Amino acid sequence: MADLLVEMTGITKSFPGVRALEDARFDLRPGEVHALVGENGAGKSTLMKILAGIYRRDAGTIRAKGQEVEIVSPRAAQDMGISIIHQELNLMGHLTVAQNVFIGREPRRGVLLDDRTLNRKAAELFEQLHIRLDPRARVSKLAVAQQQMVEIAKALSYNSDVLIMDEPTAALTDGEIAELFGIIRHLRELGHGIVHISHRLEELKQISDRVTVMRDARYIETVLTAEATIGQIISMMVGRTIFEATPELPETVDPTIVLDVSGLNRGRQVRDVSFQLHRGEILGVAGLVGAGRTEVMRSIFAADRPESGTITINGQPATIHAPSDAVRYGIAYLSEDRKRYGLALGMDVEINTVLASLRRFTSRFGWIRTGATRKQALEQVTSLAIKTPGITQQVKNLSGGNQQKVVMAKWLTADTDILIFDEPTRGIDVGAKSEIYRLLNDLARQGKSIIMISSELPEILRMSHRILVMCEGRITGELSSAEATQEAIMTLATQRESVAVA
Amino acid sequence: MQTAPAPARSRAQSLLTGESIQRLLALGALVILLVFFSLVVPHFASTANYIDILTATAVNGVLATGVTFVIITGGIDLSLGTAMTFCSVVAGIVSVNLGLPLPLGILAALAAGALVGLINGTLIAKMKLPPFIATLGMLYVTLGMAQVLSDVHPIYFEQTQPAFQQILMGKAILGIPNIVWVMFGAATVAWILLNRTILGRYTFALGSNEEATRLSGVNTDRWKIIVYIVDGLFVGLAGIVIASRMNSAQPGLGMGYELDAIAAAVIGGNSLSGGEGSVVGTIIGAFLISTLRIGLSVAGVPDQWKSVITGLVVIGAVYLDIIRRRSRA
Repeated sequence: MADLLVEMTGITKSFPGVRALEDARFDLRPGEVHALVGENGAGKSTLMKILAGIYRRDAGTIRAKGQEVEIVSPRAAQDMGISIIHQELNLMGHLTVAQNVFIGREPRRGVLLDDRTLNRKAAELFEQLHIRLDPRARVSKLAVAQQQMVEIAKALSYNSDVLIMDEPTAALTDGEIAELFGIIRHLRELGHGIVHISHRLEELKQISDRVTVMRDARYIETVLTAEATIGQIISMMVGRTIFEATPELPETVDPTIVLDVSGLNRGRQVRDVSFQLHRGEILGVAGLVGAGRTEVMRSIFAADRPESGTITINGQPATIHAPSDAVRYGIAYLSEDRKRYGLALGMDVEINTVLASLRRFTSRFGWIRTGATRKQALEQVTSLAIKTPGITQQVKNLSGGNQQKVVMAKWLTADTDILIFDEPTRGIDVGAKSEIYRLLNDLARQGKSIIMISSELPEILRMSHRILVMCEGRITGELSSAEATQEAIMTLATQRESVAVA
Repeated sequence: MQTAPAPARSRAQSLLTGESIQRLLALGALVILLVFFSLVVPHFASTANYIDILTATAVNGVLATGVTFVIITGGIDLSLGTAMTFCSVVAGIVSVNLGLPLPLGILAALAAGALVGLINGTLIAKMKLPPFIATLGMLYVTLGMAQVLSDVHPIYFEQTQPAFQQILMGKAILGIPNIVWVMFGAATVAWILLNRTILGRYTFALGSNEEATRLSGVNTDRWKIIVYIVDGLFVGLAGIVIASRMNSAQPGLGMGYELDAIAAAVIGGNSLSGGEGSVVGTIIGAFLISTLRIGLSVAGVPDQWKSVITGLVVIGAVYLDIIRRRSRA
């Protein structure tokens, strides 16, 4: 069809170790809002970043207005009329609204800047787009929603007819979303094509004309929004039937409550979160990226101080003001970013094992008792089956799975009883994953209590006794392992507040 | 619609959140200091002494103006002081050793400054060295080059045509040495560059969000190099000013001047994390430092203690900056 604004076919893209896109396709008509949905890691953002010139494709063709094109850079995309608004906004906070919109294209009189013309042009643009913004306001003083308007205006000031919005509503309140949708509808009437990447399915019903579903780096299907139900879209997103997911958990869970979190709040990411954790339990925490799962755990661990809420550990109220307090109460937090927050990469297995409990291995005069640390490290290497040439091996030389085990060794050495795993198998290959699973089960059997955040639904279903589902900082539901299905989790994970109230 | 409760802020913090408030704080501190010294220290309040303060500020004022550009981009320049010496040695070589006319020597000094800036900028923008390391390296390189070129001997500008010291240390207006006017002139040019030209716009944009600026289609590497070249030109000018003050190029001098200049910029409200700052603040900061030094020395405070007090002022200024930032976040 010649009247397509954009047509992508057969798009393939690999990153080291990951196939991000496999024969993906997408098209966009003038005057439509086309939603792109899929689970975390389905390839939506990658596909759109290729269209916006941020990544280069490995294979496939892209046509813009019927012509086959090569999009070599963000600048090239802009010249073709394709603009992207990233999830994390890209603005210069110290500059004004107008200065941001026209960055790189400042009107000048001779060598001097002509800020009067700049502000006038910005005001004209805003009027045309029905955006209410003061061109002279400093961007850092604006609310997120207004900053988003600045991004939209900036994108459209390049005369873009293709506007890609990556999760534009993630940080907005309902009122702000309504305003944004008003502007999107206006742009649609003007004939722009808008790509709307979102996790929020009921939102798509309000705003989009067509929906394309992606899963596991592949294109699944494109449907007219009016003709599909949210349930159908969810089942397309989840798709695969997974029988490998038979839980192999220790059946019995001690009824003793080791951790009781009540009324925890911190900003928009942690809202009135309450839950309990039992001894020997693996509690899965599911939700989409940005649902606030990590933020809840960081608040419990006091990596970020919560604004309110109480934490009770083993029946005693706990005052946790800093991560060191949390460790004293026996809580460990194993970050998803092991290399940054979990390990001293340049140091060896032995040091990393004892790093969180060095005091125990230090004599009265400040000497590290190397005999004891060596013994401890050797014990952990054996019991966790860490594959390393020796305990003097630098951690950076180990595989992802074994690095994760070293982090576990560290916290087990520190005698922690509550282990919070954030994406424990991220970046770990399939074989090593099942070994991590086995270790988690062993730990639970030994009476350790485990919270596991995971974005992989099969992993959550296979590993958890109980599953909490979060959306927008709230816990939207709790599922027992018997009643949990991918569909049930996705439904709760996309349950926005407006829907929850209704 | 529900509204989130406003976070509690202390009164002191909310007073510190204004736009150019730190500049005002610095100005206030400068005025208080001047009044204090004038009232308390005998012999401080005299025209000669005030002119001394102005004169003593000139070199640091020019250097600090140059580094203001770099600091607004979120960078730093540690090579300021020794590069300044290098530039004054170059001026000496050209107009004394080679016997060429003085204006050529002055141009050579500016060119030398621009060259150092070009190298700094290339190391940072193209080779991706952290500014701290790149300019630390250039600190030693320029220090060494100044000594190599001069053979570690001072070069005296005695027979230059026209006479060097007369031009710059003469008192053409209001009995104030010309180098003071040079400093104010340089600051005015810098103000226009920062606030009225595209260079200034990109200087702020780079410090505010370099990646966003790049994604907007601005050639950030090139502009960063230009910023360091501009910084270098001011360093060259400072080299000329200091040479005229001493009527010589002193290859042993230079270390430590970079710290005074950075301190002046910081006291004047330029944030080392980039994105904000002003030349006016920098000049006020430079005056604050020299007023403090001269006031303390007229009062008979030993040199060691002057350093201690200067240090405390810098720490205080940066701490205020941090509080201001935190309360705004």
